[in-house]
Amino acid sequence: MTTRRMMVAAAAVLALGLSACGSDDPETDTGAGGDSEAEGLKVGIKYDQPGLGLKQGSEFTGLDVDVATYVAKELGVEAGDIEFIQAPSAQRETLIETGQVDMVVATYSITDARKEKISFAGPYFIAGQDLLVRSDDTSITGPDTLDGKKLCSVTGSTSAQKVKETVPGVNLQEFGTYSECVAALASGAIDALTTDDTILAGYAAQEQYKGKLKVVGQPFSEERYGIGLKKGDTAQCQKITDAIKKMISDGEWQKIVDKNLGPANYKAGAGNPPTPDACA
Amino acid sequence: MGEILSEYDVLGAFWVTIQLSVLSAIGSLLIGTVMAVLRVSPVAVLRLIGTSYVNIVRNTPLTLLMAFSVLGLSFILGLQLSDQATTNSYWWAVIMLSIYHGAFVCEALRSGVNTIPPGQAEAARAMGLTFGQSLSQVLLPQAFRGAIAPLGSTLIALIKNTTVAAVILGTAEAAGQLAEITENEGASLPTFFLFALGFVILTLPLGILFTNLSQRLSVKR
Repeated sequence: MTTRRMMVAAAAVLALGLSACGSDDPETDTGAGGDSEAEGLKVGIKYDQPGLGLKQGSEFTGLDVDVATYVAKELGVEAGDIEFIQAPSAQRETLIETGQVDMVVATYSITDARKEKISFAGPYFIAGQDLLVRSDDTSITGPDTLDGKKLCSVTGSTSAQKVKETVPGVNLQEFGTYSECVAALASGAIDALTTDDTILAGYAAQEQYKGKLKVVGQPFSEERYGIGLKKGDTAQCQKITDAIKKMISDGEWQKIVDKNLGPANYKAGAGNPPTPDACA
Repeated sequence: MGEILSEYDVLGAFWVTIQLSVLSAIGSLLIGTVMAVLRVSPVAVLRLIGTSYVNIVRNTPLTLLMAFSVLGLSFILGLQLSDQATTNSYWWAVIMLSIYHGAFVCEALRSGVNTIPPGQAEAARAMGLTFGQSLSQVLLPQAFRGAIAPLGSTLIALIKNTTVAAVILGTAEAAGQLAEITENEGASLPTFFLFALGFVILTLPLGILFTNLSQRLSVKR
């Protein structure tokens, strides 16, 4: 029964979605109406985060990619019509504001500062800042055991700022990308890498680090991943929120999480699956 | 804008940029002078060393040198300059900026030496001056004066290249600070222009100064 009602809702969503897109994007306004194969969707994702958003050749894999594909399907866009565009952290707001992407699904934490520029649908996942250490390291069990340890994170990132706040005087090495931190961690030059546990799980599951690294599992912050949209696009936000709700209720959410983060023995933390916020 | 200036230590970040620039300028001038002397020396092996240095360093991206210094030299070979990660990165950044720009300083000076008519070196030798004496008394003083304009360009490039240090140094200097502000407040054009303005303030007067100096100090022949 519920499935049928959902399908009706989805169909309505689809029709609305297309007309909404058509009206604010002159280039793609071909008067397609409710036709399901009418137009593509431009989605900003990360290209370099295993388990979340990774580009290998012309293949895209990861949690964000699967969520985007599911949501797009609910909006009436087939997987083949989605165009994935790279959305590095610093450019996400700009990409949305200038209309270069229709939505951003790229480990995008919902924050008040960002809400001033764009709108969010979701959260579709709740991550937390955690620590990645070598498998044989038992001395680090959480942020309070970091005294005298060498830590690594990305220049200027929220995680780097947060850990400086949580552990004053921490010995923090900052690099341009996480890959450099992971390499240094595996070689033993640093003791821990800190950022969102999802990102850490992705690295721990990579072929070359399998069994060598582990996620500590004591998250000390809450990162609510949302889908970034043009500011004030409540209609689209509502449709995406419905799609997320459906994804969680029909079990697809769990499948996506298991598929992408399961290999690292990662269990979704407290608060998952999340309840999406109301669109404002 | 005022909010950003009060909440973030933008001036402190530019102060670190200035420190990096001054220390690396001194370092690169020393390395560059030594290498230039090697490249004009009468001994073939020394010339080869100078030439190899310039060709290897000048053709290696600075980002790579920076990453290599901390990941390779410091982490794998254990050449730690300090136990504190930020201090370690700071000094490696100074060293790598010096090494990189040393190659350009060397070439600028060598071009300066080449502006001096060969007759002067021959005259110096005919007077009985040793290679060291003719270098320090005759050639280098003129070479610096002739090379002042390209040296100025190198210094300006160095100041702007300090931003590359952000890949190992974190948020201490200007580019890293901008990355942090962008992360927290979102990318905004005014913030970007604020930092761009900072670099204009640092480099524009230098550009004018060096143009002026090159005219006043040029060797009249």
